[in-house]
Amino acid sequence: MSTGTQVEVVMPQMGVSVSEGTITRWLKQPGESVALDEPLLEISTDKVDTEVPSPGEGVLTEVRVQEGETVEVGTVLAVIGAAGTAPAEAPAPETPAAEETPQPEEAPQPEETPQPEPVAQTPSAPPEPVPASPPPAPAAPAPAAPAPPAPAPSVSPEGSGNGKTFISPVVARIAAEHGVDPGAVPGTGQGGRVTKKDILAYIESGAAAPPPAAAPPAPAPAPPAEAPAPPVAPEPAAAPTPQAAPAAAPPPVAPTPPAAPPPVAPAPPTPVQPPTPVVAAGAEFEEPMNAMRRGIAEHMRRSLDTSAHVTSAIEVDMSKVVAARERLKQEYQRAYGVNPTYLAFVTKAAVETLRDWPWVNGELRGEKIVTRSFVNVGIAVSLEEGKGLIVPVIRNAQDLNLLGLARAIADVAERARTKKLMPDDVQGGTFTITNPGGYGTFHGTPVISQPQAAILGTYALVKRPWVVQDELGQDVIAIRPMMNITLTYDHRLVDGAYSGGFLRDLRARLEGWDDGSA
Amino acid sequence: MAEKTYLQAISDGLRQEMQRDERVFVLGEDVGVYGGAFKVTQGFQEEFGAHRVLDMPLSETAIVAGSTGAALMGMRPVAEMQFADFVSCAWDHLVTVAAKQRYRTGTPIPIVLRLPSGGGFSGGPFHSQNPESSFAHIPGLKVVCPATPEDAKGLLATSIEDPNPVLYFEHKHLYRRIKGEVPEDRYTTPFGKARVHREGEDVTVITWGAMVYTADEAAARLADEGVSVEVLDLRTLIPWDREAVLESVTRCSKALVLHEDTRTGGFGAEIAATIVEEAFEQLDAPVRRIAAPDAPVPFAPSLEKAYIPQVDDVAAALRDLAAY
Repeated sequence: MSTGTQVEVVMPQMGVSVSEGTITRWLKQPGESVALDEPLLEISTDKVDTEVPSPGEGVLTEVRVQEGETVEVGTVLAVIGAAGTAPAEAPAPETPAAEETPQPEEAPQPEETPQPEPVAQTPSAPPEPVPASPPPAPAAPAPAAPAPPAPAPSVSPEGSGNGKTFISPVVARIAAEHGVDPGAVPGTGQGGRVTKKDILAYIESGAAAPPPAAAPPAPAPAPPAEAPAPPVAPEPAAAPTPQAAPAAAPPPVAPTPPAAPPPVAPAPPTPVQPPTPVVAAGAEFEEPMNAMRRGIAEHMRRSLDTSAHVTSAIEVDMSKVVAARERLKQEYQRAYGVNPTYLAFVTKAAVETLRDWPWVNGELRGEKIVTRSFVNVGIAVSLEEGKGLIVPVIRNAQDLNLLGLARAIADVAERARTKKLMPDDVQGGTFTITNPGGYGTFHGTPVISQPQAAILGTYALVKRPWVVQDELGQDVIAIRPMMNITLTYDHRLVDGAYSGGFLRDLRARLEGWDDGSA
Repeated sequence: MAEKTYLQAISDGLRQEMQRDERVFVLGEDVGVYGGAFKVTQGFQEEFGAHRVLDMPLSETAIVAGSTGAALMGMRPVAEMQFADFVSCAWDHLVTVAAKQRYRTGTPIPIVLRLPSGGGFSGGPFHSQNPESSFAHIPGLKVVCPATPEDAKGLLATSIEDPNPVLYFEHKHLYRRIKGEVPEDRYTTPFGKARVHREGEDVTVITWGAMVYTADEAAARLADEGVSVEVLDLRTLIPWDREAVLESVTRCSKALVLHEDTRTGGFGAEIAATIVEEAFEQLDAPVRRIAAPDAPVPFAPSLEKAYIPQVDDVAAALRDLAAY
């Protein structure tokens, strides 16, 4: 089909709001053949991690964006040339390179252009001044168009172009299920193509080594493909193909501890290749940021550059909430399987309080102030042992009672940790609550989630001596479960008095909690 | 069981239905005194009387519209188009009225249109068509295309029982050429159940009507070359047996869709698309189609032979697929 033409591989648009993506892994190296729709690389965006299928068939001639780099949607990532094309300026001739690019020269070079260009640095290189290393074979390597019949060392007698490299859907599926590299199977189809019979015979003969450790284990012992399939329609997603796995499994965060890194052992057994950490000088380690990290980094910086952050704090006597929770805990657990957390109580009280302080739930949009009759409350959920963060949104929180909120919070937190959130689940928030108190912290100044106006922080519930009045009106010191709550607000919209009013009313709701308000 | 021609099986089946059910009657051009252009209803008027075997004027519109009205009143008309080609005259009544009546008002329209179809004997452009895909595209109509005498009888009984308008395509080239065992007693053959005409494991041919035999001959040749071809006879297009097709394609991983109708928009396109949608990961080769070219059926015998898919064409395509 597309012989003789070049096809550019561009960063795909993975969703309306996604503007860029990071290359996590190239599945093909320059010089390797690639079939139409064959997985070519893996990318990561802040919405999704996925494989990108090849938009054309031929030979990967040029990789313009390296692993770990992030580029805008539409950026040309690579070029696929017609079958038989030599990789752009790459020193190696076509076929030998397909196996494994001889590394020594390329490896240490961090830059995009892996060329030992003007200065012939390569010690072992032949002294020829010609940049391209001479092909070992005949002479006269016409560099322009590959001479039609001769130089292509194609396996195919017919030379059908895609013969050896084209992998049919069924062969791809069987290969994936059995962890077999189709390239290792002798092909008897047109142009040496590996047919279904070829790969089945190959597997049956036992030639197929057990799936390499790197490959995720096939989910189920794949049914022998010859066996009559179930009489019903073969479900299109017959078996979750192992390719899907990398997306599900979080890219194992590379073994770089933030500070004083102990000599890290060669990494725990991870199913997926971690992005190879580049060792810098001494005991310093570098690793590419994952998409989530980059998203957080960008958003935090932008938020601080956008909003005028001010934080106010208030101390709340949680005695009544603690008592209410004790009363409800067993009932909720038994009847609904839901744990009424303190976070649920605070969320309930905050959502109610927002009704009277709509700007805290508002937004500055250009020259306009936006207020709302609903609260979509974002709940900050930490991931990956503190190395990630996501803020799923509970929509129309004003419609939920304490039980409903407790259930919704547990649900989004669970789905956040199991990576089951949909893009819609993290959009449209109008107010955010973050709860770092679980670690015992008693104060913080969180960053507002744009374009919202405020974020509420809840901190450790601790018993403290507290001055209260006894029944005679005398001051006495009592032991009370106290919680600090902060409101970080955008002073462009919310003033100190307004935020103070919100916090005062919130405290009053929590201190005066009665189950009727649940 | 007696061996009968495809034509006798239709005739016997129809007679049996009329004997069994008073509501069943036939109407058409020359179906009475003359016994039908192909003699399917020969002797019917003597046996059942002129009131149940109606000679109609040369108006397919009147025949289909009259059938629709009779069905609305509780009868079970079986109308014969002298040639399937002429059903186009009745398009409006069939497609606009009969096919939609049940959806609009809930009243069933149990009519059967017998449609002698297909080419192979120099019938020319007006007497050789296979217009099944046009009607398969119309929701509310059922489309039946028997290939064997046994199915011809059983599917006719099911068609008459069915509460919907059924287009019963009987292939003229099978009438006297194809013989087979046909049970004497009444039986019905279910709609939507394909028949494995020939078992195989390397390539599946999905087809119907007269092409079943073309495919079978080609498959026999391939068997000599060591290629095992499965021939699936769909028997009915609406409804069609997706499960059987997908099951067979899952086993063989290579599929050829074959029909005598023209290529563009032919029912084979629907089948090929379904295979690709539902069984993509089972495919080891592109789905192939063989059909008549997008032209009217030519009259000249040599041209007609070039037009209608032949055993050589099918065998060549099967060879390609097997080697792919």
